[in-house]
Amino acid sequence: MSGVLHRHPRLRLGLLLGPPMLWLGVAYLGALAALFITALWTADGFTGNIQREWTLDNFKDVFSLEVYRTITIRTLLTAVAVTVIDAALAFPVALYMAKVASPRAQRLLVIAILTPLWASYLVKAYAWRGMFSADGPIAWLADPFGLSTPGYGLVATVVTLAYLWLPYMILPMYAGLERLPNSLLEASADLGAGARVTLRRVVLPVLFPAVVAGSIFTFSLTLGDYIAVKIVGGTNQMLGNVIYDNVLTGNNLPFAAAVSTIPVVIMLVYLAAVRRTGALDNL
Amino acid sequence: MSSSAAVRLESVTKRFGAVTAVDGLDLEIRDGEFFSMLGPSGSGKTTVLRMIAGFEAPTSGKVFLDEQDVTKQAPFARNVNTVFQDYALFPHLDVVGNVEYGLAVKKVPRKQRRERAEEALASVQLSGFGARRPSQLSGGQRQRVALARALVNRPKVLLLDEPLGALDLKLRREMQLELKQLQREVGITFVFVTHDQEEALTMSDRIAVFNHGRVEQVAAPAQLYEAPASSFVAGFVGTSNLISGETARVVLGREGMFSIRPEKILLAGTDEAQGLRGRATGVIEAVVYLGSVNHYVVRLDEGGTLTVLRQNLHGTSDQKVGAEGDRVTLAWADEHVIDLNPPSASGNHQEEK
Repeated sequence: MSGVLHRHPRLRLGLLLGPPMLWLGVAYLGALAALFITALWTADGFTGNIQREWTLDNFKDVFSLEVYRTITIRTLLTAVAVTVIDAALAFPVALYMAKVASPRAQRLLVIAILTPLWASYLVKAYAWRGMFSADGPIAWLADPFGLSTPGYGLVATVVTLAYLWLPYMILPMYAGLERLPNSLLEASADLGAGARVTLRRVVLPVLFPAVVAGSIFTFSLTLGDYIAVKIVGGTNQMLGNVIYDNVLTGNNLPFAAAVSTIPVVIMLVYLAAVRRTGALDNL
Repeated sequence: MSSSAAVRLESVTKRFGAVTAVDGLDLEIRDGEFFSMLGPSGSGKTTVLRMIAGFEAPTSGKVFLDEQDVTKQAPFARNVNTVFQDYALFPHLDVVGNVEYGLAVKKVPRKQRRERAEEALASVQLSGFGARRPSQLSGGQRQRVALARALVNRPKVLLLDEPLGALDLKLRREMQLELKQLQREVGITFVFVTHDQEEALTMSDRIAVFNHGRVEQVAAPAQLYEAPASSFVAGFVGTSNLISGETARVVLGREGMFSIRPEKILLAGTDEAQGLRGRATGVIEAVVYLGSVNHYVVRLDEGGTLTVLRQNLHGTSDQKVGAEGDRVTLAWADEHVIDLNPPSASGNHQEEK
């Protein structure tokens, strides 16, 4: 058996990659294709049964109705805000972990950053609901300054999502900084650059692919989220909520499918843009 | 060569926790010379280089560049540049981007820095490589880029941290000669760290031999080789051939520790040994064939071994390899016996050219 495999490298490759390729083909692309096809059908307004007649009405509605445009822009801006906040928060943490902390402190910090990922998403989201409540910690902290809690809305959504996805930004940045040799920092200083110039001219460019890797997580996870939005988002809706409501309460699967192509397209555009920068070559 | 000091270290000590890497070091590197710091790994030579560059601060003592106290200055404020052991080229910049980095940081106008970068690349024979990425270059080419990147800033002193260590032997020999020539052309003081004695002897005007965080001897290559100041120097630079104790008393008629270089010992009865009387007898224990020369390891009747080097001028080498077990008489001239006894040899301790 192993002799046969040794003599036939193509067969070996086929056996190795066959099952996962099959899975990718059927489960991944198949589901996406099914989604897209469903979007071209309609649902009976009364019974909710799917009628298999080809039509572009769903897409027309999605693109022409003001409310969906608003929701799309809101979702997009939320994703951008979450990504920027996470990148800004993650950089100093990752820099400290990779270049300053002792090996022991480094391990402890990695564990500390990973631990929240073990806790249930729901618990964490509800914890933030408590934080933002009218008599919660944020209200208590803000009160002496004459301020109050922002309450449940867009701000709470951004903060909660930024909190939830932060580890996904810290870890790739940490790995990227770990790979950055100290001698590059020394070489920069040796050639006359102070800390700020070294940061701008060496650290950030070398780190850019890692930031992109992290941003793919924070950006796409935010685009698709609807649970945290429901818990702390107040009346604000995001694309995820539209899809969810159309599937469960609206009983309109074809329309939900049409809406869900929006984040898919946004993500494809984002990846294409990122690819042009060359950042994906170094992942 | 002017006598002013480009670099001066004043009783510099560096400790890392409980480890003393550099121990009360005084050192003076002259303006415009090619100065090597030679020693085994862990002898403190790289730490000294890093203190001159400013990457490490001395635990105590002072560092002077051009007679200015720079002990507390950051690396970017010092007029020195370093060629790193791993080259440390910026992977996100092309070759020109790397070379002009220092000039860009100092806000030299674009046109001028392009010109200087091209000039520097030409001086290391890399014209036309400007648009390549470091990852597209061979080890030797990367080394040249690192050199150009440092030299383009026209530093007062260029620091080189074992820059040839990663190259193969042939390339290393070529680069040694090129480096030496480049140093003469630009007239910048080079401080070169290496653990390779041959490399140091080939290139340097003067060499400091490091051992356990101290300098054993500072001297010109020939003097270092012909008149080592200690048994460590004699052993680290060349083959030591130590003669001491009973053997010294019988063979040399003197007390203490002595050394004779292998090429200065001759086999009595051969043409080269004419006019010299035999000094010691022994048995050839091993013959090491090295192509152009043979090493004979001779066990002396009085105890101890001496290595004798003989060129393969005549006959085939096979015959000589067959010489193991032969009895031989060794001869040498008195002036080739090196006295390694510290007090009497004090004249060698101080640098002198």
